[in-house]
Amino acid sequence: MFERSKIILVVVLVACGVASPYVSGINPYYYDILISIGINIILAAGLNLVNGYTGQFSLGHAGFMAAGAYASAWLSLSYGDALGTSVWATTTAFVLALFLGGVVAALSGLLVGVPSLRLKGDYLAIVTLGFNEIIKGVIQNAEPLGAQRGLGGMVQHTTFFWTFAFAALTVYVVLSLVRSTYGRGFLAVRDDEIAAEAMGINTTKYKVLAFVLGAFFAGIAGGLYAHFKQFIHPEGFNFMKSIDVVVMVILGGMGSTAGVCVAAALLTILPEVLRYVSKIEALPHWLQQVAENRMILYSLLLIILMLTRPQGLFGAGALKKKKA
Amino acid sequence: MSAPLLKLENVTVQFGGLKAVSELSFEIHEGELIGLIGPNGAGKTTVFNLITGVYQPTAGAITFAGKSVIGHRPYKVTSRGIARTFQNIRLFASLSVVDNVRTACNMHLKHGISHALLRGPKFINEEAEIEKTSRELLEIFGLSGECDVSCKSLPYGDQRRLEIVRALATRPKLLLLDEPAAGMNPTEKAELMKLIRFTQEKFGLAVLLVEHDMKVVMGICQRINVLDYGKKIAEGSPAEIRCNPKVIAAYLGKEEDDA
Repeated sequence: MFERSKIILVVVLVACGVASPYVSGINPYYYDILISIGINIILAAGLNLVNGYTGQFSLGHAGFMAAGAYASAWLSLSYGDALGTSVWATTTAFVLALFLGGVVAALSGLLVGVPSLRLKGDYLAIVTLGFNEIIKGVIQNAEPLGAQRGLGGMVQHTTFFWTFAFAALTVYVVLSLVRSTYGRGFLAVRDDEIAAEAMGINTTKYKVLAFVLGAFFAGIAGGLYAHFKQFIHPEGFNFMKSIDVVVMVILGGMGSTAGVCVAAALLTILPEVLRYVSKIEALPHWLQQVAENRMILYSLLLIILMLTRPQGLFGAGALKKKKA
Repeated sequence: MSAPLLKLENVTVQFGGLKAVSELSFEIHEGELIGLIGPNGAGKTTVFNLITGVYQPTAGAITFAGKSVIGHRPYKVTSRGIARTFQNIRLFASLSVVDNVRTACNMHLKHGISHALLRGPKFINEEAEIEKTSRELLEIFGLSGECDVSCKSLPYGDQRRLEIVRALATRPKLLLLDEPAAGMNPTEKAELMKLIRFTQEKFGLAVLLVEHDMKVVMGICQRINVLDYGKKIAEGSPAEIRCNPKVIAAYLGKEEDDA
């Protein structure tokens, strides 16, 4: 009944709940980084199901994030008080808005998933990238969503608890899926589509499912983001954001959830660490100046990491260990 | 004689101007071991792809256990009871040996995605059962020692065997083997012949064997169909095929008439 991974999930959820009030008291700058880490973990772990486990190259993750962010923000702004004004009522409304945001994103995932299934590799990447831009374009022209002005005024419901509870849930869902016999189908599709079909696996169903689930979690992440920053703008969901998530997945190791989570945290912290280094007075002047160009340094570190560990931080490790 | 398990009637497939298979008819009955041979490019693998739904025939009918398989996607055909191996090994490279077999049990799952997420007792039982049957199947084929290694690290002959095990995990009635002896040395070939016969008897299967190696085909098949340029040029027992002049001509070339 109480199977190990479920117990771990519950323990993590409780730990998040207990820690949340304490964590929210820390320096707002650190708090901001912490929440960003959680949101990026949700994004990256979800995309890992598509790009890593199922082997479909999606470059439109920020588009799904935007769909979820705007849907939940709009719901909160319009119906945030529909259940009443007590803390419980608004929190329930917030969680409902998050889920509906996830559902809207999942539907858009279905919309892009079904027609793009005949495409592979680079072609699929271009289509998803185009879809990302379409979502952005629609929002930019939608008056009720604030168009180019952006959308603001949401109550800050996103807390440490909600962020990391959903991050834990995402990791749980992805891991339970890919480790089950049912979910081995995702990996079979990635490894050899023709053989997968010949073994009775409906490859279309698995690809669509990966897209829909990945998009759902991106939508949740978007909702959390919207209710944390309290202001969202279409440009925040451009394809650079998609690339950021793809980099996390590749750096972490395609198809390694642990690696992807670590990479998501690392890549969120790294630019901030470099910012910090550039401000340390005790360092030689030239070093401070180097660190000041932190975006160049950041890119350089990415290149070095990819050259030294092309399989990602944790990628392809699990099987090799057994072989040795 | 009972109704045939698999029946091809005047099957033709055309790729542009090329007729890869033309007017091909043959039958396989339950428990039979049938060979399909022919020189390079005769259309043997195309026949496999037609039966399994990878290609659709331009004309003709293919029925399996009385129902047409035309118009169905490969995974549907597999779920009806036709499993296959591939000429160039197509294992799931990133999965372990046992997981390759486990994946092939996928379509028999009674529980879907919700159970994989809720991980209730039913799900855990079913997973344990699948794991057990997969390991048992591997044990029958002498691969139990390699269950948890990456399938890529297996020697070539074992990879071929694993492909057969994986196909059997889909619980087929008909097994299609596409050049299983390709790249094997004589000892491995002799073992393979034993293995195919053993598989067929143990699981009560019908087997369609595409093969290049005459020794293997002649050694184990009950009947042989010979293809050349997409057309069936002969059918019969190994002894009949061996001395059929058309077959000899197709394989060795015809003697030129002295002009």
